[in-house]
Amino acid sequence: MNFDDTPEEAAFRAEVRAWLDANAPKELRADLETSGFASMTLNGVDPALAAKSWQQKKFDAGWACLHWPKEYGGRGAAPIERVIWGQEEGPYAALGGIFIIGHGMCGPTMMAFASEAQKRRYLPPLAAGEEVWCQLFSEPAGGSDLAGLRTRAERAPDGSGDWIINGQKIWTSGAHYSDYGILITRTDPTVPKHKGLTMFFLSMKTPGIEIRPIKQANGDSGFNEVYFTDVRLPDSQRLGAVNDGWRVSLTTLMNERLSIGSGMSTGFPELFDLCCRIETPNGLAVDDPAVRARLATWAVRTTGLKYNGFRAISAISRGETPGPENSIGKLVAGSTMQEIAMFAEELMGQAGIMTDPDLTAAAGRFQKMLLRSPATRVEGGTDEILRNIIAERVLGLPADIRVDKDVPFNQIPTSARS
Amino acid sequence: MDFEFSDEQKQLGAEARRFLQAKCPPAAVRAVLEGPETYDAALWQGLGEMGFLGVVIPERYGGLGLGYLELCVIAEELGRALAPAPFSSSVFLATEFLLAAGSEAQKAAWLPKLASGAAIGCFAFAETVGAVTPKTLQLAAASGRLNGTKVAVADAGIADFAVVAARTAPGSDARGVSLFLVDLNGPGVTRATVETIDPTRGHASLAFADAPAEPLGLAGEGWRLVGEVFDRAAVLTAFEQIGGADRALEMARDYALERMAFGRPIGSFQAIKHMLADMYVSAALARSNGYYGAWALSTGAAELPEAAASARVAATQAFQHCAKNNIQVHGGMGFTWAFDCHLFYRRSNLLALNLGSPSQWQDALIQRMRERNVQAV
Repeated sequence: MNFDDTPEEAAFRAEVRAWLDANAPKELRADLETSGFASMTLNGVDPALAAKSWQQKKFDAGWACLHWPKEYGGRGAAPIERVIWGQEEGPYAALGGIFIIGHGMCGPTMMAFASEAQKRRYLPPLAAGEEVWCQLFSEPAGGSDLAGLRTRAERAPDGSGDWIINGQKIWTSGAHYSDYGILITRTDPTVPKHKGLTMFFLSMKTPGIEIRPIKQANGDSGFNEVYFTDVRLPDSQRLGAVNDGWRVSLTTLMNERLSIGSGMSTGFPELFDLCCRIETPNGLAVDDPAVRARLATWAVRTTGLKYNGFRAISAISRGETPGPENSIGKLVAGSTMQEIAMFAEELMGQAGIMTDPDLTAAAGRFQKMLLRSPATRVEGGTDEILRNIIAERVLGLPADIRVDKDVPFNQIPTSARS
Repeated sequence: MDFEFSDEQKQLGAEARRFLQAKCPPAAVRAVLEGPETYDAALWQGLGEMGFLGVVIPERYGGLGLGYLELCVIAEELGRALAPAPFSSSVFLATEFLLAAGSEAQKAAWLPKLASGAAIGCFAFAETVGAVTPKTLQLAAASGRLNGTKVAVADAGIADFAVVAARTAPGSDARGVSLFLVDLNGPGVTRATVETIDPTRGHASLAFADAPAEPLGLAGEGWRLVGEVFDRAAVLTAFEQIGGADRALEMARDYALERMAFGRPIGSFQAIKHMLADMYVSAALARSNGYYGAWALSTGAAELPEAAASARVAATQAFQHCAKNNIQVHGGMGFTWAFDCHLFYRRSNLLALNLGSPSQWQDALIQRMRERNVQAV
């Protein structure tokens, strides 16, 4: 048991460090280290431009999408090399937020199901950050029950083989700045819901697409509603077989949980720092036994996740797949972050209600965290879906009884049609 | 990075599991629960023959001379099996006190016997109800004699000797606390078995009346030594708790799969599935914190005090959480004497208190993080 690199890993780490030292945008480092939990502020620099510029620089030097094959814009790196890159890139990785969905979910789906020519056309600009992708999955009627989605794709009546898309997506992160997206649709409503879905990719500039940002509960607008009205797609933009879209989507979602669950913040270091500076009636908060008891519980959740990560990295270093303990990250981090935000507010007392970074403690980050954290417990798999996954896939418990499993989709009762 | 036990260490764990499945089935735990004995003597002898009692004792004292990672994997298996044996008293505490502070003569006298199981050691600490502080330690030591009482001492009824924390200078100062070795079969010692929440682990009160005692370590070093040994024992006990938590989770999972209600396995209801998922989460977090504690213990890292407290806090929470919800998943059957659920519930609550309470360890963890933070500035 040790934390040392193998000689090969150490050599790779040295190479990464040298390149980062010479090329990273160090002028942004301080801002990147203190931003988080919500919107990024880079002191006058446009975050999207900074992100694209950093991604292009990495791409040109062969440090983009390390695990992708070289011919598609990656480096063909081993999994442990990707981990080492992530450790070394550190705060600069926060710049890549707008690429997470494209690199983590759309890219792997294209890699698995697009034609060779399409992969060579779309993957390198995606890796380079020249083109941003989004994932058009959730719908008003299909969130946790994704397979309940209703956006229709029908063959054009003109015999061209084209598809005509009508319907609505929701919670599409970054649709408003994306160039392309992957889209799951219903192609056969007369069969059970999982069996009538088909996946496509498309340009977000295709006629008939309307994007409306959603004003979130915290006032930000990171997500969108996307409306499709007679959007026409050639059959060549289909991913996987007709009516095999559920299997295609599983590739995407497996990647979603992996990329969202890794390295999630709980907010504990920030809370600890606050407790070292703020008073309770019993003295400094960090010296108050009642505060300590609560801090300790969050501390061991945070270290537990950290060392879970170390165990996963060790498995990767040995060429194995990380164990199921790696699936608990978002479930633990999401609720912990919300509890921590509420407790930080409690410590600040009446003044804790203020959001002005100049008037409140910790530059307003706990207020942002408080208002953003409910989303963390929902996005990318709700706490409840994640518990189902642990119960079913890790512990081997029976799947939920699905009363709609063998019913043709168009006969399933819905909120609007019961 | 290799943040994992080695194949050899895992094999040792598998060997310990096979041994305990054969020598310490649930029936053996029940025999101690319901019978007159306070431990399983045959199991104890077997643990000695396997070499498990002397894992970290140097070879020149009759031990195996292996490391603490090896001891951690064995501790985990003992926790799974709810071993009714004085392992923690003799190995985690008495042996550690001797290794930390024993004179050459004391080590030569006791370590070989501890390694073989021929002798059992224990640690006598609490004197009153409430948290142990330097102020509550008033058992008096003077001129090589002890006078006073200790309560709820694990394995004191069967141990050959005790390490006793006693007061060598009047008052409430930590520097007035010193450690002594006492032959429990010698004059001036009265033992009285006490009933506890977990009868599968024997406990007794000790009364000393001019009982002869020899110093262990320097005078006034007792409180510091207890803290040092408790940090080490906290990591080892955490593995015992991790093993217990895992087993309680497995029992609950297995029952949820087999028990039918409303025409389906109860494990298909989300209320049960989510409870089990949360048990898995706490056990997984405890294990990862435990690994870090094991690394710190085995390498003598400066991070040990913080790592030990993290391991202890997480493992205590996980075992208590899994043991109580194991009963809940079993429903009424979980509250019967015949089902084993209560054995895990009892043990989880015993282990939560045996090195200081959860709140004391929570406090220690944050204090230690604070000290590190201050140093870093």
